[in-house]
Amino acid sequence: MDTLVSYAPALPEIALAAGAMFLLTLGVFREDTARTGHSIGWLSIGLMAIVALLVGWGGADRVELFDGAYVSDAFSRFSKILILAAAAASLILSFGYFERAKIMKFEIPVIVLLSTIGMFMMVSANDLISLYLGLELMSLALYVLAAVRRDSLRSSESGLKYFVLGALSSGMLLYGASLIYGFTGTTSFTALAAALKDGAGAQNVGLIVGLVFLLVGLAFKISAVPFHMWTPDVYEGAPTPVTAFFAGAPKVAAVALLLRVLHDAFPGMLFQWQQIIVFLSVASMLLGSFAAIGQTSIKRLLAFSSIANVGFILIGLAAGTEYGVTSVLIYLAIYVVMTLGSFAVVLAMRRKDEMDETIQSLAGLSQTNLPMALAFAALLFSMAGIPPLAGFFAKLYVFDAAIKAGLMPLVVVGALSSVVGAFYYLRVVKIMFFDEPADKFSPADAGVRWVLGLSAALVIFYVVYPAPLIDAANAAARALVP
Amino acid sequence: MIITTQPILSIITFLPLVGALFIATLPKAAANNARWVALWTTIVTFFVSLLIWVNFDTSTPAFQFVEEYAWLGPIKYKMGVDGISMLFVILTTFLMPLCVLASWQSIEERVKEYMIAFLVLETLMIGVFCALDLVLFYLFFEGGLIPMFLIIGVWGGPRRVYASFKFFLYTLLGSLLMLIAILAIYGYAGTTDIPALLATTRLPPEMQFWLWLAFFASFAVKMPMWPVHTWLPDAHVEAPTAGSVILAAILLKMGGYGFLRFSVPMFPLATEQLAPLVFAMSVIAIIYTSLVAFVQEDMKKLIAYSSVAHMGFVTMGIFTVTTQGVDGAIFQMLSHGIVSAALFLCVGVVYDRMHTREIAAYGGLADRMPLYAACFMVFTMANVGLPGTSGFVGEFLTLLGAFKVNTWVAFFATFGVILSACYALYLYRAVIFGKLDKPALKMLPDLSAREIAVLAPLVILTILLGFYPAPILDVTAVSVKNLVAQYESAIAGASQAATLP
Repeated sequence: MDTLVSYAPALPEIALAAGAMFLLTLGVFREDTARTGHSIGWLSIGLMAIVALLVGWGGADRVELFDGAYVSDAFSRFSKILILAAAAASLILSFGYFERAKIMKFEIPVIVLLSTIGMFMMVSANDLISLYLGLELMSLALYVLAAVRRDSLRSSESGLKYFVLGALSSGMLLYGASLIYGFTGTTSFTALAAALKDGAGAQNVGLIVGLVFLLVGLAFKISAVPFHMWTPDVYEGAPTPVTAFFAGAPKVAAVALLLRVLHDAFPGMLFQWQQIIVFLSVASMLLGSFAAIGQTSIKRLLAFSSIANVGFILIGLAAGTEYGVTSVLIYLAIYVVMTLGSFAVVLAMRRKDEMDETIQSLAGLSQTNLPMALAFAALLFSMAGIPPLAGFFAKLYVFDAAIKAGLMPLVVVGALSSVVGAFYYLRVVKIMFFDEPADKFSPADAGVRWVLGLSAALVIFYVVYPAPLIDAANAAARALVP
Repeated sequence: MIITTQPILSIITFLPLVGALFIATLPKAAANNARWVALWTTIVTFFVSLLIWVNFDTSTPAFQFVEEYAWLGPIKYKMGVDGISMLFVILTTFLMPLCVLASWQSIEERVKEYMIAFLVLETLMIGVFCALDLVLFYLFFEGGLIPMFLIIGVWGGPRRVYASFKFFLYTLLGSLLMLIAILAIYGYAGTTDIPALLATTRLPPEMQFWLWLAFFASFAVKMPMWPVHTWLPDAHVEAPTAGSVILAAILLKMGGYGFLRFSVPMFPLATEQLAPLVFAMSVIAIIYTSLVAFVQEDMKKLIAYSSVAHMGFVTMGIFTVTTQGVDGAIFQMLSHGIVSAALFLCVGVVYDRMHTREIAAYGGLADRMPLYAACFMVFTMANVGLPGTSGFVGEFLTLLGAFKVNTWVAFFATFGVILSACYALYLYRAVIFGKLDKPALKMLPDLSAREIAVLAPLVILTILLGFYPAPILDVTAVSVKNLVAQYESAIAGASQAATLP
């Protein structure tokens, strides 16, 4: 059985790892200049495109590998494509910024590639051990990225903060995993699901404690309240392209992992974990919406907005149904597009070589740069969930899934917090459209313009042809929930 | 008929959007081109929309010109009109060219963006009245917030930011509750197709109660009904003239349309149960906001409050669920669409000259602007509900319907007619009559050709519909009869079920 061909389903990971190593070696033997950084960066994007093709080529079936520790199915492929798109887009966003900051190092794209491998392992994990390996590979790479501006105090601070809190959460996750192993005797998701069938684990306090710790560890990674404290600081302190990366791909991976663990390993304990998810969801939506109101920095605002968005994503997860998974995946895809577009705007907020990250610096943007103001307004209205923009459909699906699962109160809280959320998104629109214009921004880099234009177009025109995303998410959800 | 096979409703809905996209490609300096493109787009849309009136079959309550395409899986893109919605489409397309004309000179900055926002808004408004799917309806209903928010906020008066936020957040809160209700219906019935829901779905009474309240939250804010009307005066005062016209004439009608399309036919039991609440709120709105209107110092605010009072007649008429009441409510909405639009345009005429809306700043305009005074008088009389103007028919029919159902409601609502005469005539006297002793007013020119072109069609319609309301009532008759019959059979069915052991 163990022929080389049988590893074919893991080809994306293998290609990504081999490619990352090759690029690392290549970089080491080239001159340490910005040009090297640039070419390695574009080569990494090329590698991601090839890997995306490999992922798409993978076929529709569910295949388990490495004694069931690794699984490749429609769900993992959906998440992987999303992760690749988010990672590649944030790399494209990063070039101009790093060049101006004079840290255009070839290591940065390579680290991004390595963390992407970690995310791939997370979404394909079918065992608590491979889950942990993937998570740590991703996290370690992210800690380095947060602190990549070594000479900036805030960047180093955010890297350190992220590392300490991340290590704590990993510890909790490991502790939870060991409890689960101790009480069930297995780490495989398939075996766990079989052992906990028909509420067999519902009375087992040790197992429930283990599950809680596991969820705490994962809640930290998706920055759900009350495990969100690192998010605003890290988002603000890290270099903006890195923040854009943090807000996109790792969120997708962590949410996908959460879906996988809860639906593949603990379907029998739905009632137990549902309560936890509902709590996390309500807390994230409310805190994310209310705390964003007082922010003056656009990056902190987006940090709180991402916390609120996680709350909405968890509504779909709390439903605990196949439709719920579909809705989460649709939300994730639209969320990634909106987030990357918003960070493209933040990267375009530059006068001469100074980044200006206060919201007030957007004043009167509609008169100095109308296309950018319109694109950002579309993204903001979309995040507020106003139809006919894509963000409305994201909310529509999670609300619908929760109502069909009988979680009406959760949906009402979601609706109320989206009104609060609308207020602070509108505030940014107001500053851009109603206020007197401030100085012009310097022209944005081509990459930033492309990402912003593309994401705004996707958000606006999603309404015309929504079927492909829905079909793909449906197929992915079917693979996860049998 | 050939026309029924064409996607005519989609063409009408999206024509303005095409115009908006075209304006977007114009260079920034081409303000005048943007105006002309917008004008022609709206005029063409109006004439195309007349095709549906010409080809409309008034003998059936069924939906006509139905189009259906795959969209969101089980949620379809489905459009169609019946006797209740068709005239609102015409009203929208009719008023838009007038709005563009009214903004011709008063909007000088960012003309291109203004026209784009207006055309996008037109698409969304027409969509609301044509949509035959709950989610599609919601999409158009809610989407209108974005352009209106920008219109008030960018081109509005001094307190525009406050007004635009209030408008947006009030409406959003109500609408989100409706969205939840829509999803609950979807969960129960498995479809969001409006004709199918109207024909077959019988929701359990308990559920109807909550859904009714959720829809009510949205439509009552939009309408607006007392006590959630407070966003309206702010929004009206701060919005540019054409924005006020659209708000009063069309956006407010979405609330009434929503009651007729959803609340009454889909939740008949809850409607019967909660109608007294609506009556109470309507009567309070009629009397209270009329009194409030009487003490206003700002012309637009006065008209805004009078709109709330007039909408009180509409809600009262709808929830009598009698043929006269509902006919009257629809007529009142259309008439108010014309009259309030005209009144706001009249205010706009003097505002463009004097840049103040304070009633005290005017007086004796009849001397300098006789033509204006004449037009203004027609609309004032229609606002009062004088027989022979369109305002009379609707008020009379709703009162007749209310009288049949609940004498006291009709009794108190009648005070509204008297009060409306008080404030409308007060406004007219203060602005038009009296001595022309304010120096600033002495040089005012009378209506320009453009302004005549805007007001003339409205004068004609106001008087025409007052004397000959049949064209409107003919269109609505069958649909309204069907609505009332279905409602009565649902109530009878429920009481029969209750008496059975």
